[in-house]
Amino acid sequence: MLKRNLLMLAGVVGLAILPLVIHHGGNAEFAGADGEAEALIGEIRPDYKPWAAPLWEPPSGEIESLLFALQAAIGAGLVGFYFGRRTAPARAADKS
Amino acid sequence: MHIMEGFLPASHALFWGAASAPFVVYGARRIITLVREKPETKMLMAASGAYVFVLSALKIPSVTGSCSHPTGTGLAASLFGPTVTTVLGTIVLLFQALLLAHGGLTTLGANVFSMAIVGPFVAYGLFHGLQKVGASAALAIFFAAALGGLATYCVTALQLAAAFPDPATGVAGAAVKFLAVFAPTQVPLAISEGLLTVVVFNLLQRYSRGELSALNIISGKA
Repeated sequence: MLKRNLLMLAGVVGLAILPLVIHHGGNAEFAGADGEAEALIGEIRPDYKPWAAPLWEPPSGEIESLLFALQAAIGAGLVGFYFGRRTAPARAADKS
Repeated sequence: MHIMEGFLPASHALFWGAASAPFVVYGARRIITLVREKPETKMLMAASGAYVFVLSALKIPSVTGSCSHPTGTGLAASLFGPTVTTVLGTIVLLFQALLLAHGGLTTLGANVFSMAIVGPFVAYGLFHGLQKVGASAALAIFFAAALGGLATYCVTALQLAAAFPDPATGVAGAAVKFLAVFAPTQVPLAISEGLLTVVVFNLLQRYSRGELSALNIISGKA
């Protein structure tokens, strides 16, 4: 099971690296698909003006990535805490 | 899949808000019942919500040369059902709308509908349906997570097409265009999400048998 899990994790990492290799030296921008959809709206309806603006926007790319990292860290921390709690008794029982 | 703040006409924003609200209310009631009747599953529920937090924060490069993120809702939907996941997904979308200017409050209803309703329902249906026809739980959760995520992006494309029909080819023409933006980018990410969710599920099957059998995910005693 461990081996199969590691293989699947390697697959996930591989799938994330592959695009970088394929487009190496090319002109792929790796922009967000959400942004591309926004650009497409501009093409279809050049006159469309968004009628609401976000209440607050991260003042810079750095702060935005800070908050994204925070989001991932909160999530990963909780998932790690959960599995820590669950695996500890199992390990202790294995030993006794 | 986040439709940006203000990028849906008010009538569409209202429609999706009204369509999503009952699912959020029902899901919240389901969570209250579940916590009261099966308190031992509380921590797994929090962990499944946390999994949505992690995956939807990761913007991953795709073979199309653009970046997108998985949704992570397949795990919670398979374990706890779709409407519980609606609430978990709504929390994530609110976090992103308020703090990251990613998505928005006027488009919250539409984004909840794609990521926290349709995706989870597709995932839940596949997880249970595939097992009924004989697939292993691991295989079922792979397709649940992968296709649930993909379904979310298809819904976003259709929502945008309905709001911004192509002047020449109409809603259908716009749908093709928006699907072309999202779908090819999302396919490899869906596979990644499927694989990752199988890994988590394997760990749960090993370490969380008690909770999985309380949720009737696996049969037999802990």
